[in-house]
Order: sequence, then structure tokens, then C-alpha cells
Amino acid sequence: MSNQGVDPGRRRFLTLATTVVGGAGVVAAAVPFLASWKPSERAKALGAPVEVDISNLELGQRLVVAWRGKPIWVLRRTPEMLESLKKVDSSLLDPESKAKQQPDYIKGEARAIKPEVLVLIGSCTHLGCSPGFRPEHPAPDIDPNWQGGFYCPCHGSKFDLSGRVFKGVPAPLNLVVPPYRFESDVKIVIGEDPKGVA
Amino acid sequence: MAITPNPYKTTGFLGWIDDRFPLTKLWKDHLSEYYAPKNFNFWYFFGSLALLVLVNQLLTGIWLVMHYKPDATQAWDSVEYIMRDVPWGNVLRYLHSTGASAFFIVVYLHMFRGIIYGSHRKPRELIWIFGCLIFLMLMAEAFCGYVLPWGNMSYWGAQVIINLFGTIPFVGPDLVVWIQGDYIPSDATLNRLFSLHVIALPFVLVGLVVAHLIALHEVGSNNPDGVEIKKHKDPNTGIPLDGIGFHPYYTVKDLVGVGVFLIIFLGIVFFAPDGGGYFLEKPNFTPANPLSTPEHITPAWYFGSFYAMLRATPSFAGTQIWGVIVMGAAVVILFFLPWLDRSPVKSIRYKGPIFKIALTLFTIFFVLLNYYGMQPPSPTGTLISRIGTIVYFAFFLLMPYYSKIDKTKPVPERVTYEAH
Repeated sequence: MSNQGVDPGRRRFLTLATTVVGGAGVVAAAVPFLASWKPSERAKALGAPVEVDISNLELGQRLVVAWRGKPIWVLRRTPEMLESLKKVDSSLLDPESKAKQQPDYIKGEARAIKPEVLVLIGSCTHLGCSPGFRPEHPAPDIDPNWQGGFYCPCHGSKFDLSGRVFKGVPAPLNLVVPPYRFESDVKIVIGEDPKGVA
Repeated sequence: MAITPNPYKTTGFLGWIDDRFPLTKLWKDHLSEYYAPKNFNFWYFFGSLALLVLVNQLLTGIWLVMHYKPDATQAWDSVEYIMRDVPWGNVLRYLHSTGASAFFIVVYLHMFRGIIYGSHRKPRELIWIFGCLIFLMLMAEAFCGYVLPWGNMSYWGAQVIINLFGTIPFVGPDLVVWIQGDYIPSDATLNRLFSLHVIALPFVLVGLVVAHLIALHEVGSNNPDGVEIKKHKDPNTGIPLDGIGFHPYYTVKDLVGVGVFLIIFLGIVFFAPDGGGYFLEKPNFTPANPLSTPEHITPAWYFGSFYAMLRATPSFAGTQIWGVIVMGAAVVILFFLPWLDRSPVKSIRYKGPIFKIALTLFTIFFVLLNYYGMQPPSPTGTLISRIGTIVYFAFFLLMPYYSKIDKTKPVPERVTYEAH
């Protein structure tokens, strides 16, 4: 131990270095605490992609499966149903699906990878009720010009057979198209983008 | 080594303690020789009542946790079990649920007292800021507690409130998943909100209350005249001439307030525990159902004003975040009140007509906002909520201007007080 005077520069450097190292330690220590709030492996497993076999799905039929706790609809549309999409364009809020309610690779009025097969998350964009499937037309209890679509019993929101929302209903947005891809002609994987798109 | 004798010259067992721990000092500093102005009125009951309600929430909360199960499959049933099978369980739960509403009532009145008598003004800014933080924590605590019964309103309330974070650009959707710990509100969400409700937030809340009181006892209480009693002290004792010891004078006075409060509070607990559907909402008497939304989602009554502001703000540029920002700003702006008020006087007793009109409008519209926040959306409701939101912010943002030009009355040297 020397009795010579203190070196303030050295002290300042040591204090600063200790603070920086300590600070890095605090940041590192915060990681497990913050990261533990992310979905657990079990939650992720339950939220994992689901495979749907549509080989038995008849034209005009709808299948409901669950993905991430939400109802997923798979509808095999008839040519007549696809025809009806054009007829309602003028009464829709967002006919070209400009709002980002679908992955980027979903385009056009059919809102589907293959126009025949429609995949939607069956939760109303208003308050999350699950709309009913009303393919029949006319349906005077809904609308005199009804061409078939989805009707939410909670607050009367109306959607066409592509899940596009009508004007003048409480729901502000089209129904959501989840990410999905075709594993084969009759097998869909819901929750995964097609290979090749990120 | 000899111990330095304590300055209070206490002897015996108390003396033994005082030589080692400042027991007599704490008692004197914070109770018997904490000198509060002698002219406290009705409005000064609500601070100690808030403390009483806090104790009620802590005690009943600890007992409820002894029977409650924080599990999405069992939470609802365990609450019903408390209500039906646990001896006195229904009373414990009603004390806790009514206590939540009582907490907000006394805290809102306590804050109003601060605004009318200028209790936030220099040198009491930090007391006010600690108080605002307590209010913020209380809101978080109330929200978490509301979710725990896992009734249908709990579930959809959680959905709506957590989804407010989803409006934040870029990170919003990921943030929602992070908060929920799942892709929808689920067991993971319930569990973490339980942890926050019974451990983290109460710790912070109690800590803030201690800081609030330490700051208060450092600078001394304000009073309805808004004059500093420390300006006139007895030259011999150094005690403020207008000050009286908190104990026994105000402990006894507050006990009367406690008596009246308990009559009303327990009346509600025993005879109308759902508070007419406002303290406990009807949809929450059915279990959570992720596939069925209640017809009309209402916030708990104490969030009505803030919810009304959220709804009154139109979406704009394709996002709803503006409403969330307005709602957040409505709370944040409270923190700045000590610096917004530029009036030369503190108390409403000596303020001019402009402040009195501004405060009256503010109060009326705050109540109206609260009312319309709980109603289903309607054109009238939206219009009044929009006006109310503007009045709310104008009250604060224009204050630096109108508090300066307002005509004030001369402030007395000493507090005004008539002995009775």
C-alpha cells in the first residue's frame, strides 16, 4: 500500500468500468424474466400448425377445425359461389381487401390460394363472435339481395363468401385469412406460409 | 461498550427498545408530534379512509388466496366454492370486491380534495406524483383482479384491454402475444395476472403509499386555506401555532369518519354486494367462454371516464392507436398538475371565478364521461364524450393561462378556524 495521493482518473475509470460491466449483467439477468412471458412450449405446441384433409369435403361444404383456440373454416366453393362474389362488390366496405387481413400472397376477390378452397378464421372482426354459415339465397331474414355468405348473430355483421365485410355493419374489417399452404391437393396446413414466401 | 442513551429518556422495556430501535421517535415523528393544520374539514377524511380500504383489500385478499385457484379450468369453480361452501367466504369476497369500488371512490375524492385546495403545489409536488403513481398502480391492480374470477366479462375484458397494446405500430401484435403468453387470453394469462395481482403490484402499491406518507410528513399537510402553518411557530417550542398533533386529535376525528364509512360500506357489502350491477357485473356470473362475447362489453365503473375517451376518439390513418394515446394521456397529464397551476393562491377559497367555472365544468364532464363510458355506444354518447374529452384536456392544458389571469382574493396569514 502506497501512501501517495489518490489518482482520480484511475478511480473514475474503475467506477465506470464496474458500472458498465454491472449494467451488462443486469441486462443479461433481465432476459429470463422477460422471456418467460413468451408463449410456453406447450402453448406453442397447441398453437402449432394443423393439417386438414379436404379429400372428403364436397363442393359447397364447410369444415370447421380449431387452430390456436380459434375456429378455422375451410369452404369448398362451387363455381356458382365464386360467381356471386362479383355481384356484391358494390355493397362491400373493402372489396379489394386493402386492409391487411390476409397474408401478402392472398389476393383478389377470392381471397384464396386456390379460388375453390376458402380458408378463414371464423371470428367476427367486431367483437370476436363466430358468424354463422348462410350459403342459401335468397335469405330474406338477412338481406333481400343475399347471395350467400356469413352472418354474425351477435350484432348483425354480414360477410360475403370470401369473408369480405358489407358496408353499414358493426364489423370494420374483412374476416382474417390465416397463413396456410397446400401440402398436397387434398391436404392443407393451417398456420404455415407456402414454401418460398417468408 | 456503553450504549448512548436515547434522547427521549424512556426507561424500562420501552427504554431498552428505544436504545436500539427508534420506536418512540417514529411514534412522535409520525403521530403524536406530527403537527397537522387544525382546520381540516370533511375532505380530509379520504386519505385515512384509503389506508383503511388498503388494509381491507390486503387482509381479505390474503384470505381469498387461501381458497382461490389460479387455473383457467378451476378459477371460476373456486370462486363459486368460496361463495357457497367456504364459511363466511361470500362475506370475504364481497368485502374484497366492494372494497375495490370503495378504493376508487375514496381515491377519486382524495384527488379532488388535492385539486380544490392546491395540495399538489410547491413544496408538495412529490406527494402528488407518488399519489398519481398509486392511482396508476391501483388501475393495474383492479384490472388484474377483475380477470381472476374468469367469468365471461373477466375474459372479454382481458381480451379488450390487452388488445389495446395491439394498436401500437409494428410491435403491437407480438406484444399482445407476449403479455398473454398465448395467442388468446388463456391459462397462462390468468396465472400471470394472478401473480401480479397478489404479489408484485401490492408490493409496489404499499411501497408507494409509504413514500407518499414520508413525503407528506417531510413537508407537512396542506389545508383548506392553502397557507403554510410552518410560517408561524411558537417561538419557545417551535410547534406551528395552527398545528395540532395528529394523535390524538386527527386519529380520533378520523375514527368518526371510519365509523360513517363502515356503515355505508358494510351496508353495501351485506345488502347490495353487486352494487346494482356496477360493482359486480351480471355477465361475470357466467363462466368465461372464448366463443361467446357478452352482448355489451362495459368496463368496471371506475374506468368509465377513460373508456369513454378511448371510444370517443375516432380511428384515423387506419389505426385505433389515437384512442389509446388519448386515454393514456388523460392519466399522464395528472402528473404535471403541480406545474400547470400558476395561480398565486393554492386554495379554491381564494381563487377567482375562472378557476371555479373551469373546475365545475371539469367535474360535470368527468361524471358524464363516466356515465357514457358504461353505456352502449350511441350518437349522443359519442358527442358528449367528445366534448367531455376536450373539456378534460382543456382544464389541464389551458390552466397555465387561466390560472394566471384569474382574479384572486387575498390569502390570510393564518388558517381560518372557528372553535366549536
